[in-house]
Amino acid sequence: MSQKPTLSRRTFLTAASLAGLAAAQAMLQPLQAQTPDAPTVPEDPTKVPGAPPSAYGQRSSFEQAQRLAGSSSSLTPLQDLHGIVTPASLHFERHHNGVPLIDPARHRLLIHGLVERPMIFTMDELKRFPAVSRLAFIECSGNSAGEWHEPGGQTAQQTQGLISSSEWTGVLLAIVLREVGMKPDATWMLAEGADAAAMTRSIPLAPALEEALLCYAQNGEALRPEQGYPLRLLIPGWEGNVCIKWLRRLKLGAAPFMTREETSHYTDLMPNGTARQFTLVMEAKSVITSPSGGQQIRPGFVEIRGLAWSGRGRVTQVEVSTDGGETWRKAQLQKPVLAKCHTRFRFPWRWNGQEAILQSRCADETGYVQPSRQALVAVRGLHSIYHNNAIQSWKVSRDGAVHNVHV
Amino acid sequence: MAQEKSGNHGLGRTATDVEIRAWNIDIAPTGEGLPPGRGTVQEGRQVFAQKCAKCHGQTGVEGPMDRLVGGHGTLKTDRPIKTLGSYWPYATTLYDYIRRAMPFTTPQSLTPDEVYSVVAWLLYQNKIIPEDAVMDATTLPAVQMPNRQGFVPDPRPDVPKR
Repeated sequence: MSQKPTLSRRTFLTAASLAGLAAAQAMLQPLQAQTPDAPTVPEDPTKVPGAPPSAYGQRSSFEQAQRLAGSSSSLTPLQDLHGIVTPASLHFERHHNGVPLIDPARHRLLIHGLVERPMIFTMDELKRFPAVSRLAFIECSGNSAGEWHEPGGQTAQQTQGLISSSEWTGVLLAIVLREVGMKPDATWMLAEGADAAAMTRSIPLAPALEEALLCYAQNGEALRPEQGYPLRLLIPGWEGNVCIKWLRRLKLGAAPFMTREETSHYTDLMPNGTARQFTLVMEAKSVITSPSGGQQIRPGFVEIRGLAWSGRGRVTQVEVSTDGGETWRKAQLQKPVLAKCHTRFRFPWRWNGQEAILQSRCADETGYVQPSRQALVAVRGLHSIYHNNAIQSWKVSRDGAVHNVHV
Repeated sequence: MAQEKSGNHGLGRTATDVEIRAWNIDIAPTGEGLPPGRGTVQEGRQVFAQKCAKCHGQTGVEGPMDRLVGGHGTLKTDRPIKTLGSYWPYATTLYDYIRRAMPFTTPQSLTPDEVYSVVAWLLYQNKIIPEDAVMDATTLPAVQMPNRQGFVPDPRPDVPKR
């Protein structure tokens, strides 16, 4: 197709829209603008031609949900989202020395070590392999790290926002490793990023080979730079740090490589002074995203909504308590319920204006049940930092304000 | 035209030794991967003051970024201090990490001798090696870290059900 007609048409539409807008502005009293750069809003959108098509879509100027960014991470606004897919633009970030700028035409993946033949792949070659897509969550094992001692965050974004779910597309790691030929004594794999931290993690090969993907796409388009563009590793259900972004090297070995990120960090210090290492699976967890901290509710019908997930497989049940864990009732699970992915749950509630404490707890297909904070702390103490999957409590005050509390 | 032997899809090409050497920067606990070179505590003191102290403090304690020195014996307490001296299980990881990721604003800019010497100074500050020790590809892997036996495998699921 020639581009010319499209351009002409767009030019025409733009001109027409501008003319229409000018006419509307002359005729109609504009509503108050929401923000300084918000467009003038016609009183009746049926009386004014709308905006023309655009090359890359933007959300409505009325929508304000955004990540909460710190120096090396940003948090997903769980309380503002619906369904199970996190928009790529709102997927949480964690990086260890910034987001590198990488030209995909120059990017290479090197695979070496205990292989029959060390090889280099271009992005074009990786995309030519048989592709697979799947939905999966990625959760930083530091999610809720600020909640061990006392209620740390005010909102669901602050308490649980280091998790997001996307549809990921790429080639199975197992297929690419077949191409290089694994030597029989290869049991571990070092994955390394092309960022300024040259982030590295050791990954046990056998379990990773089941599902690991070398991903180049997220929610239908190329990975976002902050998600590893042009290539990242995804090991569904495992802590986000092993899903190495900007992936440029895989080295097979016979033992873990003992990098800084699997020794001094991402290890869980126990009360007896030992530390757990290679705690890779993210255990089942859930959070009520609405009503949640920082929100305000009114008496009457309130649909309690939230997210549940398990790194061990499918969520089989979510229960909701409105009385601080005294009684529990089953929530409805929105289909599809997918393994190692967000599951949306809902629970119809009628708020009578009295104090309430809202909680959710989930179970997964292995029979594992999300623990209370007390049960988790009784085993792990207060200094393990990572893998806090305790039940979250939101207190509803009589005035309808919702706060993060420990019970 | 020779058909590529391994694999099923005929994609990718064989990596050359030069290409592998350029990227193969990881250091194993055995010392495999350590380059030639050497460093002393004295030299390390100077390199650290010039290139590291701004973020980690003059003695590796003051910060503002990660504390590197001290904390010995605190892991069981209510206020555990995890430093490379009190917590890290392998001395080789120091070389690997400093070489790949430090200094934060100019990563991978240190020479092998500079890395060896900073590692030597940090181990000395943590009272793990004597002041006259020399760190190189032979001596570094032999350094015994105090918390070498401090790590256990993942025992989860670990929380009893109600």
